[in-house]
Amino acid sequence: MSVLLAMTIGLLVAAGLYRLLGPGRLDALVGLILLGQAVNLGIFAAGRLHHNAPAIVNGNMGPTTDPLPQALVLTAIVIGFGIIAFILTFMLRSSGK
Amino acid sequence: MNPDFLILISLLAPFAGAIGCLAATTRPRLAAGIAVASVAISLAAGLGLVAATSGGVVHAVHAGGWSAPFGIVLAADLFSALMLAVCQLVTLAALATGLAVLPDLWRRRHFLPLVLTLSTATCGAFLTGDLFNLYVWFEVLLLSSFSLMAVLRGDEGRAGAWRYVLLNLVSSMLFLGSAGLIYAKTGSLNFADLHLRFAAAGDAYLLESSTVLLFGSFAIKSALLPFAFWLPASYPHLPPAIGALFAGLLTKVGLYALFRVFGMVFATDTFPHRELLLILAVVTMTGGVLGAVSQGGMRGILSFHIISQVGYMALALALFTPLALAAGIFYLVHHIVVKANLFLVAGLVERRFGSSELERTGGLLRSAPWMAALFAVPALSLAGIPPLSGFFAKFMLLRASLEVGDAWVTVAIVGVGLLTVFSMLKIWSAAFWGSTPEGGPALKQSGVAVAASVVLGVVTVGIGLAAGPVFALAETAAAGLLEPEVYLDAVLGTGNPPEPTITTTP
Repeated sequence: MSVLLAMTIGLLVAAGLYRLLGPGRLDALVGLILLGQAVNLGIFAAGRLHHNAPAIVNGNMGPTTDPLPQALVLTAIVIGFGIIAFILTFMLRSSGK
Repeated sequence: MNPDFLILISLLAPFAGAIGCLAATTRPRLAAGIAVASVAISLAAGLGLVAATSGGVVHAVHAGGWSAPFGIVLAADLFSALMLAVCQLVTLAALATGLAVLPDLWRRRHFLPLVLTLSTATCGAFLTGDLFNLYVWFEVLLLSSFSLMAVLRGDEGRAGAWRYVLLNLVSSMLFLGSAGLIYAKTGSLNFADLHLRFAAAGDAYLLESSTVLLFGSFAIKSALLPFAFWLPASYPHLPPAIGALFAGLLTKVGLYALFRVFGMVFATDTFPHRELLLILAVVTMTGGVLGAVSQGGMRGILSFHIISQVGYMALALALFTPLALAAGIFYLVHHIVVKANLFLVAGLVERRFGSSELERTGGLLRSAPWMAALFAVPALSLAGIPPLSGFFAKFMLLRASLEVGDAWVTVAIVGVGLLTVFSMLKIWSAAFWGSTPEGGPALKQSGVAVAASVVLGVVTVGIGLAAGPVFALAETAAAGLLEPEVYLDAVLGTGNPPEPTITTTP
C-alpha cells in the first residue's frame, strides 16, 4: 500500500512538473493542480497508513490513526480549491473577457 | 495593558477592519476611517509589544486554551514585535497614500479590504509559533497580494503578475510538502517543540533532508537569486501606493521566516544549508545591484534594489554570529521603511511628469526642491551614507563579516555598496538635475501622500540618530533567536499556563 501511494505521488509530481513547464497558462494551472494533489497525498501519508484504525486512543491501545495530518490536508484542500478558483478568474480577466 | 491582549489586538484589529470595510463599501469615508483606524490600533499594539518584550521577555497566547505543542501558539518576542510595528507603520503610510491618489471607484471596493487582509496576514506570520499556521498566513498574504495585483493593466503588467502568481504558488507547494515531511519525521509542527526535537536528534542528515524544500520555498518568497525573477517582472508595473506596500512587506515576511525558522527553529551551532545561503546571498547582492544599474526606469531600479538588499539581510543570517544577526534585524527594520518610502517618492515624481522613466524626468532640484529632499533621505540611507540608518546597518554587517574572516564576503559588501550609490546617482542625476522636459501632465500633488513620505523620512532619520538604542533592541532580538530558552519556556509553558482566550480557525 505504501509503495503504491509513493508511486502515485511520484507520478503526480512528474506529471505536474511536466505540465507546469508547458507553454500555455492552462498548462501551468493543470500542473499546479496535479502538484497540489501530490502534496496533499504526501501530507496524508505523513500520518502513516492504517486500515480500520480509530483516530483516538480508545483504552485498549490498538493501532490508532494520527488525526492531525487529516486536519492539515483538509485545510490544504480548501486553500488549494480557493486558489484554483482565483487563478481561473485571473485568467479570464487577463484574456479580456 | 496585558501583553497577551496586545498580541490579539494587533492581529484582530486589521481583520475586524477588513470586515468593516466590506460592510461599508457604499460609504467610502466611513470605510476609509475604519481602515486607517484599524491599522493605527494594530500599530499602537505593535509598539506596546515592543515595549513589553524589549527586555527579552516572550509572551505567548495559546489559542483555544490548547497547550503547546498540540494547539496553535501565537508568540511575540522582540523580533516579532519589531517587525510587526515597522510593517504596520509602512502599511499605514501606503494606505493613506492609496486613499489619496488611487482612482475612486477602484479604491472603495477592493483596495481597503485587501490591504487590511494583507496586513492581518503579515501580523499573523510574525506572531505565529506553528509551521502549518505560518503556511496558512502565507496563503492569506499571497491571495491578498494576488488580488491587489489583478488591477494591473497592459500586456507586460499582466505577464509580470502571472509570473508572480505562478512562482509564489510553486513556493507554497514546496512549503506545504516540507511541512508534511517534517511532521512525518518528527511528529510536531510547533516551533519550540521542533527545536527541541531536532536538537535532541542531533542528526544532520535528517535535518537537511527535511528542510531543503522549506529552504527553496523561503528563497522564492524572499526573492533570493536565482529565484527572484518574479519580482522585477511585476513590481515596476504596480501603482506607487501598492508598490510601496509590496516592496516594504512581502519579501521581508519571507526573510522573517528564514530568520525565525532557519535561524532559530532548526539552529543549534549552525543551521542546515548555511553554506548554500551564504553563496546565494552574495550572488543575490551582486546580481540585484547589477540588474539595478542596467535599468532605465525609477521603479525598475528600485525593484532590483530590493533583490540586492535582500541579499544583504540573508548574508547577515548566513554569517550567524550574534553581531551579524543583530545587524540583520537592524537592517530589516531600516530597509522596510526606506524601501517603501522610495516607492512612495517615485509615485510623487510620476505624478509630476506622468512617468517615472528617467528619460522623461529632470530638473526637479530647481522646480521642486522639497521632492529632492524627500528622495535624498531614503536614497542616501539605502546607499549607506552616515548618519542615516542604512550606514549603521551596513557598517555592523561589515564588522560582522570581518570578525568571521571571510575576505570575499567583505569585498562583496563594499563593492555592492559602491554600485548601490552609483545606481542611486543615476536616478538623482536624471530626475533631479538637468532641465525639465517638455509636456507631460503635472497632476496636483496630494498633501496626504507627501505627508506619508515625510513621516517615513523622519523615521529613517530617527533610526539613524538613535542608532545606539535601536541596535541594542536588535541585539536583544538576535539573542532571543540564538538562545531561545525564554521562547521555549513561554511557548511550552512549564511554569504557569495562560488562561484560554480565543479560538483562531485558520
